[in-house]
Amino acid sequence: MKSTLLAGALLAFATATSVQAQAIKLADVAELSGGGATVGTNWKNGIDLAIEEINAKGGVLGRKLEVTHADSQSNPGVARAQVQKALDAEPYVLLGPGYSGSVKVTAPLAAEAGIAQIMGGEAAELTQAGNKFLFRTSFGQQSSMPKVAKYIHDEMKAKTVAVVWVNNDFGRGGRDVVVKELDRLGSKVVADLSTEAGQADFAADVGKIKSANPDAVFVYLNEEESARILKELKRQGVTAPLMGETTLIGQKVIELAGDAANGARGHVGLTTDAPVDLIKAFREKFSKKYNYVPDHNGLKGYLAVYMVKATTEKMGKVDSKAFADTLHGLTIKAADEPGILMDVTFSDTGDIDRQSFLVEVVEGKQVVKQVLPKVK
Amino acid sequence: MSNLFDLLVAGLATGAIYALVAVGFTLLWQTSQTINFAQGEFVMLPAFLMLAAMHAGAPFWLAIILGILLSMILLGLAFKLLLVDPMMRHGVLPLAIATMALAIGLKEAVKQFFSAEASPFPSIVPTGDISILGHAVSLQSIGVLVVAILAVFGLTTLLNRTSLGHQMQAAAQNPTVARIIGVPVERMILLTFLINAFLVALASLLITPIYLAKFSSGEVLGQAAFIAAIVGGFNQVRGAIAGGLLIGVLDNLAASYVSTQYRAAVPLIFLIVVILFRPQGLLGRAEERTV
Repeated sequence: MKSTLLAGALLAFATATSVQAQAIKLADVAELSGGGATVGTNWKNGIDLAIEEINAKGGVLGRKLEVTHADSQSNPGVARAQVQKALDAEPYVLLGPGYSGSVKVTAPLAAEAGIAQIMGGEAAELTQAGNKFLFRTSFGQQSSMPKVAKYIHDEMKAKTVAVVWVNNDFGRGGRDVVVKELDRLGSKVVADLSTEAGQADFAADVGKIKSANPDAVFVYLNEEESARILKELKRQGVTAPLMGETTLIGQKVIELAGDAANGARGHVGLTTDAPVDLIKAFREKFSKKYNYVPDHNGLKGYLAVYMVKATTEKMGKVDSKAFADTLHGLTIKAADEPGILMDVTFSDTGDIDRQSFLVEVVEGKQVVKQVLPKVK
Repeated sequence: MSNLFDLLVAGLATGAIYALVAVGFTLLWQTSQTINFAQGEFVMLPAFLMLAAMHAGAPFWLAIILGILLSMILLGLAFKLLLVDPMMRHGVLPLAIATMALAIGLKEAVKQFFSAEASPFPSIVPTGDISILGHAVSLQSIGVLVVAILAVFGLTTLLNRTSLGHQMQAAAQNPTVARIIGVPVERMILLTFLINAFLVALASLLITPIYLAKFSSGEVLGQAAFIAAIVGGFNQVRGAIAGGLLIGVLDNLAASYVSTQYRAAVPLIFLIVVILFRPQGLLGRAEERTV
């Protein structure tokens, strides 16, 4: 009797181990607390939603996906420790972090381990360091800023532009690309204004914009500062059209700036308001599961998992070492893999090419005015 | 030239708010030798009290009244009774350090119980422009300037033209003699704390629509007002007013004509120059207070 029980227990253990061995393990390190909690929570929920969907349909190549979530506390130092811990468990692919600063310090660890890292950072420099294992889920500045400059020149017909940017890696990176592109297209930068992160008073900066009298103003600040400058631009009666990125026309900015946000335009790589059926369906599923409308970070997390699925199915095997090579240069079509939401192509540097959107704030709401096509 | 006019108006509007906060610094210093390093956070908190009242369903006007009253209780009465009075016995320095601790405590409490993110705050002045000397000037700037000037005018009238004001000045200048001639010194000191709380609540109401309500928004304000109080003269209300306006204008002119990156340095350099050549401040009295 004893031996039967023992045999049964051993069998059960062996079965459980084999099921576990079959699961494909992903590791996620995200900003689940601290200043980036909104970013990280959206990202995590997007990942969980995608994994639930994929597993419900039988997984990837017949194997279930499993993910462990770790909290970077929005701190690059903690992110680095968490990524090291995650890599020690030898995951198939590393997901996250979302903050560019955290990506910058963790990317060398993943590259050294030879594990592909799919992340949410957007700073231009991330994919310019020759890292062969790093992949974006959204546009880097080198992809989005040329589209912004082209829009300012072609659609806004601006011959003179004032550029306001925040003096940190993010702001400087965006400013450098957009100024170069505007120059190439023939729009003249008549005011080039750096501002400080956390700056409260924009009266002098707006005064300078006013006296430069540009045809358009390009604003590239973080959300709170964007709201403050929008209020000041309205206060001082600047009527030149305003153009920016997600950080100028995001929901938080609209909430903070109120009426002053109306009329501001921005280039958005990913938005849940996009006139794309698959994105609408995603938004509905997400809202139903989590009881709130996701921002673009929810989309990024969701896409990251579907990138894993599409790449693995392309290889026809679960091979951590060959993953990065396969994803480089890969085009994933939404018709073949609906979870990828829009056709996307990955470059050799891990950057993406995808259609994007031109959004305008109308009466306190984001309205997609134009769909900007893939570059190639 | 039109740029200069806009900068002056914007600078005066910001400077008027600095002045309100700086006046509080001088009042507390004169009556109780308290250097309140939490003064910036005192400006930050009333906005959150008003927001909390609005979240609880109060209309804006009621939230303003509740916010000001609560500020006077918390930042006036409770501040004096629970922190200043017990610490005062140990001297000026321990008290100053205690106010630094209070500043950190207030910031963290707002972060914990409200939010670490900025919140919008309604303006008491409608948006729009009026034309002054052919220049479009925003109503908000004018409103801020007018309210701040009225508050300062009211305060100086109270101090210089009323019996209560004279008693307050007597209590500040020589408490021993004031007591002998029958001035209720303790009550006068409490009154200055309540006036300071009222002024910071007013400053909060004026500045928060522009700066947004955020736990950290007091840092910049507190520093600017402290510099303004020293530049103008820490022992003179009129010095604090002049210092506030001067720093507001200087900050804006520096950002526009020197460099945005070094704008924060210009008032500090000015402060050093003033301390070197006129340590009592531009309008301050040279003599040292002994009580």
